[in-house]
Amino acid sequence: MGHITRKAQTMDTSQLNRKSEHEWWIKAHGRMRVPAIIYASKALIEDMDPKVYEQVTNVATLPGIVKASYAMPDAHWGYGFPIGGVAAFDPEEGVVSAGGVGFDISCGVRTLLTGLRVEDVSAVRQQLAEMLYHKVPAGVGSTGHLRLDATEMDAMLSRGAQWAVEQGYGSGNDLEHIEERGRMREARPDCVSDQAKKRQRDEMGTLGSGNHYLEVQQVTAIYDADIAAAYGLHEGDVVVSIHCGSRGLGHQIGTEFMKRMALAAGRHGIDLPDRELACAPINSDVGQEYLGAMRAAINCALANRQIITHLVREAFSEVFPRARLPLLYDVSHNTCKVEEHTIGGKSYRLFVHRKGATRSFGPGHPDVPTAYRDVGQPVLIGGTMGTASFILAGTKESMERSFGSACHGAGRSMSRHAATKQWRGREVIDDLAGRGIIIRSPSYRGVAEEAPGAYKDVSAVVESTDRAGLARTVARLEPLVCVKG
Amino acid sequence: MEPHWEHYHHQADIGVRGIGASREEAFEQAALALTAVITEPRLVIPREAVNIICEAPDNEYLLVDWLNSIIYEIATRNMLFSRFEVHIENHTLTARLQGERADQARHQPAVEVKGATYTTLSVGQNSDGSWVAQTVVDV
Repeated sequence: MGHITRKAQTMDTSQLNRKSEHEWWIKAHGRMRVPAIIYASKALIEDMDPKVYEQVTNVATLPGIVKASYAMPDAHWGYGFPIGGVAAFDPEEGVVSAGGVGFDISCGVRTLLTGLRVEDVSAVRQQLAEMLYHKVPAGVGSTGHLRLDATEMDAMLSRGAQWAVEQGYGSGNDLEHIEERGRMREARPDCVSDQAKKRQRDEMGTLGSGNHYLEVQQVTAIYDADIAAAYGLHEGDVVVSIHCGSRGLGHQIGTEFMKRMALAAGRHGIDLPDRELACAPINSDVGQEYLGAMRAAINCALANRQIITHLVREAFSEVFPRARLPLLYDVSHNTCKVEEHTIGGKSYRLFVHRKGATRSFGPGHPDVPTAYRDVGQPVLIGGTMGTASFILAGTKESMERSFGSACHGAGRSMSRHAATKQWRGREVIDDLAGRGIIIRSPSYRGVAEEAPGAYKDVSAVVESTDRAGLARTVARLEPLVCVKG
Repeated sequence: MEPHWEHYHHQADIGVRGIGASREEAFEQAALALTAVITEPRLVIPREAVNIICEAPDNEYLLVDWLNSIIYEIATRNMLFSRFEVHIENHTLTARLQGERADQARHQPAVEVKGATYTTLSVGQNSDGSWVAQTVVDV
């Protein structure tokens, strides 16, 4: 029993044409239908796996791709698409790709304001940590408090966070601050297999494991005071962020459609450069069924984060009976969505895939909630247990540069195995406690695998995203308490 | 050569590789490597058995189906498995898995496996005749 470590390789930048400080082009060549564009600083791009080059190039060969295949500053080696990949497809000629969305459909981040200041929370952090850990099921095999029968399952898959609010989880005000207003339309629960539904049966309102977390954070810096004010953020404020996705249901849908699409590609006349690029024409049965199932999984993720929000509010009310926790915003970073985009002055309806990329719609966009319409949507970027997270704002330029998309997080720099060789879970917890960060997790090994040092520097990713014009940096958040699945 | 398993590096996730004298042994070892992503296989007591059947058009799809079937049983039964007996005829795999209910305190499961992918997927024979079955799993 052993372990083989692949020697870290880095990107050969001589293959790239640097258009500006943070923008690198790969000219369309071979089977590429459009160019590929990577947004990153020189340091980030030199550190990227050469697989990103290969994958962003492969995506550019897919039928019906429009304008360019994009990679965000946090891009790394994914499945078919790079993680941090964005690609838009024409509704008639184009494809939808299960690999282009990924296994954890609609994985995302939501942030709640608390109205509390760091000095209110400092003395009771331990109590708050215990209460959150007690209320929110986390870790492998944890089950929720809710069991859905077949009718309720379909209602949840059709109506997402709207369904959760109807069930008493949170309030109608929350829905305004969720992408798609909490409900992805045209979801088709009938396209979701019984296996996928069974895998979800006991998992509603659970955080999951791996890089998923629930954090109490303090705002430690404000970079744009006007936008921060519109978001209700001030230095010293306490917020709560939740990172999780569509749980077992999304994973099962991803698994099933990846196989169906890979096997059907030949029949659809698609020559896949990589089986992981599994895709199907939008206008095919499997394509339509995937879209219906994937939208149901988006609703599952939105409902899940809504239920967890309710549990977080319950936990806070035990410690701070008067605290209200309004929702700042909820973003999903693994999706395919139908959106209107302008290219060369003309408006097009496109199927935009974001695989490890966050929507970043700018000021004035009709899908941005009224409260944020003048400043752009909040773009929520998660860090690691010991490092900062960031809140950015969508920009008008991002609509032009990346179909309104930005980065999504830090990305690993070290494998899980290497992390467990380097750190022990108990030591990571003690070290972070020494820096004022309380960690609660059911698994020491899980904590070691997620050690802050195993991730890239999220600050560099955020800076590059800002410089490339994909989003504007608004605030930095640092953890006080982290519940790790 | 003793049948054995390995993990190999993938930037965000982890590769599982089984090596054995036959295709069946390689698949059994790949399944052990999958368990080892979640917990130490030696901590999992083979108390209960579950039977699995999967079919696929070729060896590689069969490996992905096999691992995904185990992932499904882990998720829906909340079990972990440490003993695998695999039989393959043409491209139909029948297997008996043995394990027990996951115990957070005793198994300290590190991470859920979301699915087996097609990244670095291969099933084949080395020049010495031994079989190797491998792919990356998403965690």
